[in-house]
Amino acid sequence: MVNYIWLFFIAVSFVCAIVNGRMEALTEAAFEGAKSGVTVSFGLISVMVFWMGLMRIGEDAGLLRKIAVMLQPVVRFLFPDVPKGHPALGYIMSNMSANILGLGNAATPMGIKAMQELQKLNPDKETASAAMCTLLALNTSSITLVPTTLIAIRMTYSSVHPAEIVGTTLAATLIATAAAILADRWYRMRDKHKPPKWTDHDSKHHSDAMPQAPPGSAAAGQGKGEAIV
Amino acid sequence: MIVFIPLYAAFKKVPVYETFIEGAKDGFGTAINIIPHLVGMMVAISMFRASGAMDIMASLIRPMFDGLGIPSEVLPLGLLRPLTGAGSLAFTTELIKTYGPDSMIGRISSTIQGSTDTTLYVLTVYFGAVGIRRSKYALKVGLFSDLVGFFAAIIVCLIVFQ
Repeated sequence: MVNYIWLFFIAVSFVCAIVNGRMEALTEAAFEGAKSGVTVSFGLISVMVFWMGLMRIGEDAGLLRKIAVMLQPVVRFLFPDVPKGHPALGYIMSNMSANILGLGNAATPMGIKAMQELQKLNPDKETASAAMCTLLALNTSSITLVPTTLIAIRMTYSSVHPAEIVGTTLAATLIATAAAILADRWYRMRDKHKPPKWTDHDSKHHSDAMPQAPPGSAAAGQGKGEAIV
Repeated sequence: MIVFIPLYAAFKKVPVYETFIEGAKDGFGTAINIIPHLVGMMVAISMFRASGAMDIMASLIRPMFDGLGIPSEVLPLGLLRPLTGAGSLAFTTELIKTYGPDSMIGRISSTIQGSTDTTLYVLTVYFGAVGIRRSKYALKVGLFSDLVGFFAAIIVCLIVFQ
């Protein structure tokens, strides 16, 4: 998908530049863009290095665990079908705490560990369970308290109040997360009331579950196939 | 926070300086890793703007957004955000650079970038890691929350900063 968008940008730019007679400006703009890409990344280094260092201290000091304990009632409410005391719940709480602290790098491995634990509870290993969908909904809407990278960029372009977007970001992220949870709950309810569909996968699964099929029929089937060939 | 966290950690007998360096290494890696993404996207966007294509697109969208009081410059960001984190970060940076971080466009794009996540990436990484192939309704929920987050960011900014 990203491939197409990127190609679209470049192809459309090329056509427009020909029509508008701006070919020279186009080439110049390409190199200008590359240059600012590198400049911005280097500007981010200082803030990212500092912030991630500070947050690692917080993590090692047990602040992450503190938030995780506070989140316990929320997690129990969101994941009613995960048994109490299951390790998945611990990883989910850590994942949420790291997201709240803006520790994207720490959130991802813990989210993956949570997924692995949820997979152990999942009866169908190729289809996402309801709990997995809920965890994903929480992560895609990403509850954020401190948007570090954005503050860094705003500082790079000498904003008067680089952190003034913290409040608006928190408000928007709360609304988005609430929407994600509501949508997730709605789909969950709908799935529960719907009789299980007889999909391709189910039938395959079914035949897998009966390895002791009469050997005669299989042989006969094979024979038939050979006869046709 | 800068003082509280290290003090608290020292009280808990954490080797603060060494731990800081450990984490800081991660930060360096993250910043370096996004260079290719930022260069790729910023080249494309810069070309898109210089060729006049951006003006054409904006003039097509503007009438719809003007009625709602939304600056049409932020629309491409709403489309880009769920697909590519680094790409939309590059777009946000362009907007901040062009219009200034303290302009309404700068504030709205900052808030959009900060409050939504790269749904497709998260879905791929999380489900890919455990071998889930059928994601059921997860993508729909993710994209729906992106849409809500996009408009929530705009509306909250318009209310707070006007």
